[in-house]
Amino acid sequence: MNLHRHDPHHDHGPGSELGEMQLRVRALETILTEKGYVDPKALDFIIDAYETRIGPHIGARIVARAWAEPDFRRALMADATAAVGALGAGSRAVHLIAVENTPQLHNMVVCTLCSCYPWEVLGLPPVWYKAAPYRSRAVIDPRGVLADFGVTLPAGTDIRVWDSTAETRYLVLPMRPAGTEGWSEEQLATLVTRDSMIGTGLAHAPDAQRAAP
Amino acid sequence: MNGVHDMGGMHGFGKVEPEPDEPVFHAPWEGRVVAMNRAMGHLGLWTIDIGRFFRESLPPHVYLGSSYYKKWELGLEDLCVRYGLIGGDELAAGHALHPARPVTCVLTAADAPEALSRGSFERPAPAPAKFKAGDRVRTRNINPPGHTRLPRYARGHAGVVECIRGCHVFPDAVAAGKGEDPHWLYTVVFEARELWGEAADPAVKVSIDAWEPYLEVA
Repeated sequence: MNLHRHDPHHDHGPGSELGEMQLRVRALETILTEKGYVDPKALDFIIDAYETRIGPHIGARIVARAWAEPDFRRALMADATAAVGALGAGSRAVHLIAVENTPQLHNMVVCTLCSCYPWEVLGLPPVWYKAAPYRSRAVIDPRGVLADFGVTLPAGTDIRVWDSTAETRYLVLPMRPAGTEGWSEEQLATLVTRDSMIGTGLAHAPDAQRAAP
Repeated sequence: MNGVHDMGGMHGFGKVEPEPDEPVFHAPWEGRVVAMNRAMGHLGLWTIDIGRFFRESLPPHVYLGSSYYKKWELGLEDLCVRYGLIGGDELAAGHALHPARPVTCVLTAADAPEALSRGSFERPAPAPAKFKAGDRVRTRNINPPGHTRLPRYARGHAGVVECIRGCHVFPDAVAAGKGEDPHWLYTVVFEARELWGEAADPAVKVSIDAWEPYLEVA
């Protein structure tokens, strides 16, 4: 380790980092490929999966199902790994735990030590989730973090912060917005944001454009 | 290790800045780094916690001054060198200069769909769980120089076991080369005032997932 202590490249500005990193990553991939450790086609597949197939739309479908079907909601809260596996959504989730927002309790998920996140149902985490401001403040000032997202909880709402320190992965089940009675799962899923499933946002309220016919 | 990666409760990093319509990757090289990490992990030479420990072990100024995927790239370079897969001279040259170390389990495109799912970290229990839901516990005041998943802000504090999560691979052991050494894993919840003092918000609770060796009877 610590090969980079004397790295002459580390303190270039962000603009030059792009070019530097392109070259550096290309060099590493060239070496790993020439030595037969990686198959570039496998890399292409993984990148394509995260760019086109594995993302928060999977979590939104799970949340919408939980809102629409009480039996699925109960199964999700009891064993999210099994419930999501039975749904056949996306890649297979492991050690997945759903935590439910209520008028009395708001849940928020963080990984203070690195970037643990339920990739299988939300895709790759956004930059802010992996960056120092969120990782440092979520556990000591969650209301301030929510304010950064423009979210103010009603007075009397308790907050629970889940620090993902193990291989358990947490998915927030946001509250179902009022005025969505009778909506289909597909319609409900359009209201579910990525941030609402991390706990830094709320599900969208229905508007005229989204309203059920 | 008491590194800069252990950020919970630190001040001075500023506001959280969400990026509207953020792309999955901000440059093509970021995707290559994610995929290379997944593919190299598939070789089975190191585990997720060893990978984390290498990123945590980057010099503090490099850790704090690098983008997320740059940290992953630097950590992967270090892993590849440390495990004898590549040489520093090869990194400088940008090409292979030496014969490859024999490896098995190279990730192929055909295997890649399966590699998108993580394996389970749950293992058979070597002993009954010491704690049950509702038990008062105190986290130990430990400061190991190696890898640990007990954050500094949660050491030496009283909390309540909320749930048993099963018996899981113990990161502190596996990253130290001592094998999986599985232990019971618990969700332990703390009052914010216990962690941060009397001025903290009484309506906030924070939980961690803690392996049994992190805990003692309160």
